Amino acid sequence: MSKHYSALALARHALDPGMPWPKAWESPEPKSSYDVVIVGGGGHGLATAYYLAKNHGITNVAVIERSYIGSGNVGRNTTLIRSNYMIGGNTAFFEHSLKLWEGLSHDLNFNCMVSQRGQIVLAISPVQMDVFARRGNIMRLNGIDAELLDAGEVRKLLPYLDYSKDARWPIHGAIMQPRAGTVRHDAVAWGYARAASALGVHIIENCEVTGFVINDGKVSGVETPRGRINAGKVGIAVAGHTSHVASMAGLKLPVESHILQAFVTEPIKPIVDHVVSWGAELFYLSQSDKGGLVFGGHIDGFNTYTQRGQFNRIQTVAECAVSLMPFISRLRLLRHWGGIQDMTPDGSPFICRTPVKNLYLNGGWCYQGFKATPASGWTYAHTIAHDQEHELVRDFALDRFEKGRELDEFGLGNWTYKQ
Amino acid sequence: MMIPCPHCGDRDVSEFRYGGDASKQRPAHGTGDLKAWHDYVFLFENPKGPHTEYWQHVLGCRRWFKLARNTATNEIGGVVS
Repeated sequence: MSKHYSALALARHALDPGMPWPKAWESPEPKSSYDVVIVGGGGHGLATAYYLAKNHGITNVAVIERSYIGSGNVGRNTTLIRSNYMIGGNTAFFEHSLKLWEGLSHDLNFNCMVSQRGQIVLAISPVQMDVFARRGNIMRLNGIDAELLDAGEVRKLLPYLDYSKDARWPIHGAIMQPRAGTVRHDAVAWGYARAASALGVHIIENCEVTGFVINDGKVSGVETPRGRINAGKVGIAVAGHTSHVASMAGLKLPVESHILQAFVTEPIKPIVDHVVSWGAELFYLSQSDKGGLVFGGHIDGFNTYTQRGQFNRIQTVAECAVSLMPFISRLRLLRHWGGIQDMTPDGSPFICRTPVKNLYLNGGWCYQGFKATPASGWTYAHTIAHDQEHELVRDFALDRFEKGRELDEFGLGNWTYKQ
Repeated sequence: MMIPCPHCGDRDVSEFRYGGDASKQRPAHGTGDLKAWHDYVFLFENPKGPHTEYWQHVLGCRRWFKLARNTATNEIGGVVS
């Protein structure tokens, strides 16, 4: 039995096939009371529990998950990490996240397969190159890596795109973040769960929170089918269902639940070495280790909790892919799936206190949820431990719309259907 | 998803534009209470279940109408007058 993963442990287990690997995390019976209860065992909830224990010494923590670990959006995203954000409230937060990604496998003693293959965003007009230059300059002023590529440099890196004069959208250049890339998403959930469990956090699966215990505007526990669990503090981390869960605490939020689809093709030989995004339409792709091309696009455009996507979005994404790379027109989509995400009016998240004392909110994650996982957990743990927002998330406040402090990075909130 | 346009009949969702929650009450013209406007513009009921919402048949007759839909299943309840 080796608790610690290492080359030596691997060799020991290989030599003795009769020796099982220990369970990655414990499945304890829930206690009647914890210092902190985290509602939601996704990436953000598990990361929060881990950093509560590691950074703040708060180990009497339970993560309560209605399904199994890895069943939600942490296993449904397109696995991209990057920090090419431009607005004040976002740049430092996402860069902190990328720095945590860079050391995560060692920190968790779990191979998260962090692959910094670089992200290249293609410009389809000279104007877009100007916009990218501005973004790149702001990133570099914030200490984030960014490089502007001209059309020739793009062609050298991505020779397989359509550069013919018949191309629907000519490629004028690109902006690249070399440190961006992909991570194995399941490993993030498992790694955080294992590391948190090792520090004493209770991970309680298949247990849905059905209500909050609130007296005099102060939360003191949660109701579950396995009985009431008392808590000094409660943190919500259920993006996709944030409105649904927060409504049980009487909160009405600037959040709508929307479906975002993702796609993977049948496997082909290695060709796409980077993450490639497109300036013509919200579309991006990468190639998985198994060889499938992974595509992402825009939300379907109306609020829904079903994880079934609409056909017109599949069509648009396929058209984008073929427009960029005509040679894949006969490639078949192997799978497509949908995840439910919180859309906020400005497309940015919340990590903050709520009007209910000792109840904290982590939600509003839409396009940026996965890449934010480590920094989200890091700052949310701080917010819960100190009852005060971490300095990196001061702008992710619930009242920012009242104060005219929207964080509209890309204009991707649920406003899109109102424009 | 097929949406029953009151003028054109059942058409594919791709022909429509979504217009949001139709149960919201717009504050009266001239309301000076900014909180009322904030709540109207920025807050959403976002229920997991029955929802009444606006749609426009933007690639068809361009008519606006109210539709009952279940957000948990996408089951269409029909046009609401």
